[in-house]
Amino acid sequence: MFRHLLISAAIGLTAVAGMAQDLRVPASVTAGEEATISTSGSGKATFYLLGPGVSSKSDVSLGDEIRIQGQELRNAGDYLALVCSDSCHSGTFYVAAAKPAKLTFLVHPSRVPVGLSDAVSGVAFPFDQFNNLVLTPKTISFQLLAGDKPLFSRPIATQNGVAWFRTASGKSAGLLQVNASLDDLSAKRAVQQVASDPCNLRITGQRIPIGVIVQTEPVHDCAGNVVPDGTIVTFSATEANGKSTVDAPVKQGVARAQIEASGATVVSVASGVVMGNELRIGAKP
Amino acid sequence: MKFTLPIIIVVVTAVLIGLALLGPEQTRNVVGIEAGSAVYTRKSSTPEQALRNLLADVQRRNWDRAIAEVSKGSITDKQAFIQDWTGSNGSLRSFSALEGFESRPLHITNDDAQMRVRLHWTTPVGPIEDVRDFRLVREGDVWKTVLPKTEIPNVPARVIPVTFLRWDLVTGGASDEWGSRNVDAPHVRIISMNAVDSAEGAVVMGEVVNEDTVPAFVNVNATLVDGAGSAIDDETSFDKIDHVLLPKQVSPYRIDFPNFNLKSVKNVRMDVKASLVPASADPVIGVMNQKIESDPQGKSVLHGDLFNQSGQTVNISHVIVSFYDNNAKVVWVADGYEENALLPQASAPFAVEIPKSIAPKVQNFHVVVDQYSLNKS
Repeated sequence: MFRHLLISAAIGLTAVAGMAQDLRVPASVTAGEEATISTSGSGKATFYLLGPGVSSKSDVSLGDEIRIQGQELRNAGDYLALVCSDSCHSGTFYVAAAKPAKLTFLVHPSRVPVGLSDAVSGVAFPFDQFNNLVLTPKTISFQLLAGDKPLFSRPIATQNGVAWFRTASGKSAGLLQVNASLDDLSAKRAVQQVASDPCNLRITGQRIPIGVIVQTEPVHDCAGNVVPDGTIVTFSATEANGKSTVDAPVKQGVARAQIEASGATVVSVASGVVMGNELRIGAKP
Repeated sequence: MKFTLPIIIVVVTAVLIGLALLGPEQTRNVVGIEAGSAVYTRKSSTPEQALRNLLADVQRRNWDRAIAEVSKGSITDKQAFIQDWTGSNGSLRSFSALEGFESRPLHITNDDAQMRVRLHWTTPVGPIEDVRDFRLVREGDVWKTVLPKTEIPNVPARVIPVTFLRWDLVTGGASDEWGSRNVDAPHVRIISMNAVDSAEGAVVMGEVVNEDTVPAFVNVNATLVDGAGSAIDDETSFDKIDHVLLPKQVSPYRIDFPNFNLKSVKNVRMDVKASLVPASADPVIGVMNQKIESDPQGKSVLHGDLFNQSGQTVNISHVIVSFYDNNAKVVWVADGYEENALLPQASAPFAVEIPKSIAPKVQNFHVVVDQYSLNKS
């Protein structure tokens, strides 16, 4: 805001003062590099430089080249150069970002069930060494690896400094490594692929002196991944005079529960919103 | 004549001092007795008076006198009697106080009486009402309360192997230029929602599932919206939910809007919030012998037994039940706290009341048990 005010004021001053000297600004400047501005005329003058995060004033001699240090041109954006003696003259130039020196890479989510379409997304931003977003198109290579197996590999050009992808999760639970590379720069992120909902939930059971003991077969999702330990499996045992339920966690791939039931019992199983088979166990002899 | 008033004052003062010295706590005994319904007298000449004296002594934790009010044949162990009223093992009862009671006779003969008492407890989870039936018998010229023999739960010494399963949470730093690199919040979903009017106001209820592979701390919020699209009230599920949901676990939730009527509500906006939380898969509590029955007061009550299948004491159990109609729609969510601790490999009964208007619709139910253990964070 302040910078805009200064620029407006400077341009206004230029218009009032007329054009006594000639000022030639560079056509293109790269951030952090030195630049020169040539002037014409003679005598002493005052040089002003206004830009993103920069505001400086120095005495110059008209007719000489004005050297601007790279230190003053670290931030990409529009700059205004202004030379004043008895009158003022100005010129604007644009400082572009330097070559990419850093790749910021965001991947979402950190944890994803297997077999979901459009579930994994990533976005990469190239920045130069001065943290300017590189707006010139660059090609970033995205690669997804499940173990050593490549799942996805695609070069994508940045648009306005951004390149992104969206893809499906893999079929196997485990670590999904997501890489983004640009020339010699690279960034790695990890996504944990987890088992999806249990599939073909099946139980077995038997009568014991104090009731029935039931347990699941190893609980897998539909892609064959073992569901994580701690997943809750609900056993429901219904007999003539009541119902018993146990929310049991999966431990080492199976969930088991002990249920008090003496009569003929029907045991059903569910995990989340997924139902399993029913098991009929006869009455206690 | 001029000495009459001072003499009266001196005599009354002496009588009052004597009364105070003989029974210094008697005047406090009226605390907790239904307002204006009773005056404490030591003599238990009626069943009502006997029971009132017993409960007043229990309320004041005057155990010796309370036990003296109990029929000799019915109690064997003072410790068990005390434990019955004060709780043990960090149970909810051990953090509670008997605030008051109301009694009414069920039947009275010359030598035997049956009384029903409504006990009002103050607890850390709010007021709890307990209904108990007491039998009283006449012993000589006084009435005594017959208490069933109370046994202190005793767990035999044994080793219970536990494959301990828990999730810990390590939060990331903010060293990345884009802020923290923490893992995503768990994915939870509301799988059913129903809004009804009840005697106390509008109620929004249903069930929520943790669809993720990590534990979630869950809270469900509801906002009532009127015809103009303005929010008229918002509430949370508070304790009518099992907040910590393990992967694939389903919990009922209920959100009460006291003094609101659904007639003024056009829409209900639901919002479920979930965050990562350290959790343990133990203890596992089975809910056995669940059945709906009528209690002596004619109310429909879901009864059952909680069976602690683990090797650690559960100090406070919280039972939350969703009741379904014949279309598997949640028509009510009720809850109740178990006042006694659940010892390892031991069972304890529970009961949850179903409102009279809902009871005829109930075809099925789902019970979940939330638990609090003092030795766990």
